Amino acid sequence: MTYDYHEPETVAEALALLALHGEDAHLVAGATAFTLLWRQGLLRPGHVIGLRRIAALGGITSTEGGLVIGATVTHRAIERAVEVGRYCPALTRTFASVATVRVRNQATLGGNLAHADPAQDPPPMLIALGAEVVATSAAGERTIPVDELFVDVFTTSLRADEILTAVRCPALAPGTRATYLKFLPRTADDYATVSVAATLRLADDGHVADVRVALGACGPTPVRARSVEAALRGARPDARHIADAAARVDADIAPFDDVRGSATYKRDMARVWTERALTELVS
Amino acid sequence: MRADRRLIDVLRDDLGSTGTKEGCSIGVCGACSVLVDGELLSACLLPAVFADGSVVVTVEGLAQGDELSPLQVAFIREGGFQCGICTPGQLIAATALLAEHRRPSDAEIREWMMGNLCRCTGYHGITRAIKAAAA
Repeated sequence: MTYDYHEPETVAEALALLALHGEDAHLVAGATAFTLLWRQGLLRPGHVIGLRRIAALGGITSTEGGLVIGATVTHRAIERAVEVGRYCPALTRTFASVATVRVRNQATLGGNLAHADPAQDPPPMLIALGAEVVATSAAGERTIPVDELFVDVFTTSLRADEILTAVRCPALAPGTRATYLKFLPRTADDYATVSVAATLRLADDGHVADVRVALGACGPTPVRARSVEAALRGARPDARHIADAAARVDADIAPFDDVRGSATYKRDMARVWTERALTELVS
Repeated sequence: MRADRRLIDVLRDDLGSTGTKEGCSIGVCGACSVLVDGELLSACLLPAVFADGSVVVTVEGLAQGDELSPLQVAFIREGGFQCGICTPGQLIAATALLAEHRRPSDAEIREWMMGNLCRCTGYHGITRAIKAAAA
């Protein structure tokens, strides 16, 4: 059994193919995840639409302090892009921490997000930055905040007639700090047992003006830790307030047992690594 | 060509270039490391059609005729292999590293080579060989 492979050169051609083949079509960019799922028999499309030749989906553009990254840009290209480092060094480090050089050379931003594996690295960081994806269909474009993109394991809120075409990272308020921490008790190229991304900005009086926290590998989707944020917003960021806020993460996550740890252990580690991330941002 | 064939299938089965090994088949072990237009990739994860029109370098392409590359010589001199199954991938990955960093630090070598597993001789000989080739 195999599939027909199509390589359109424009988004319009890709959308036409998607309309023609409907549920029997699957989109790929780097095809990293697809190749694995195909070989395991977990995906059996009759038609695969490759997006790699569509020039409009490549490239990284700085925009009034923000950033637009095309869906087919590889992890490695993002890791190496000067614009990304200028926008937010933690975003560079997030992409540099994914798997190995080989995977980063093949896997793309759009593929990463559409694949919706809850343990991947970019989603929590993009959620913490307040990024949104652009979903393009024949009807036009709509934007979806990254923290509303993920519905379940391997499931997004993208419609079957939509293509994830870009990611928009908003301009960050001056003084915003960001970090991404990945707890890797096994090997450096592993998926995280838990991961924590956070952005934080202090007001002139030293209180927390704004904070966003998101975790990976803590349930069926990457998750925003709104309880932690609420506990810290407006607070003085001393060790006690940070520890108290980090402990609230328990209400935001729903981890499950797997080879990287029991649910109980992940709950403990989520608290510990959230506290570490927030401590780093205020020190 | 069938669309679901991977680069590793074409290299080994169609072209008989069996220097590139298939280990884990899921992009983790690094045995199938190849260069596609100079980029380090896993041949077990790459649809072969993605390499259409590209220059693919495997371990067979490192020597110039009978003359081994400095890196290959260094692997021999420094004891950078034992059973040899991971060596084609180690050599290709290290070739890509040296193309990017002429004089990589120990940390850069460890970080880059982290995705190429060796299960018999360990990594000290490999690291020594890369440093020797870079010197």
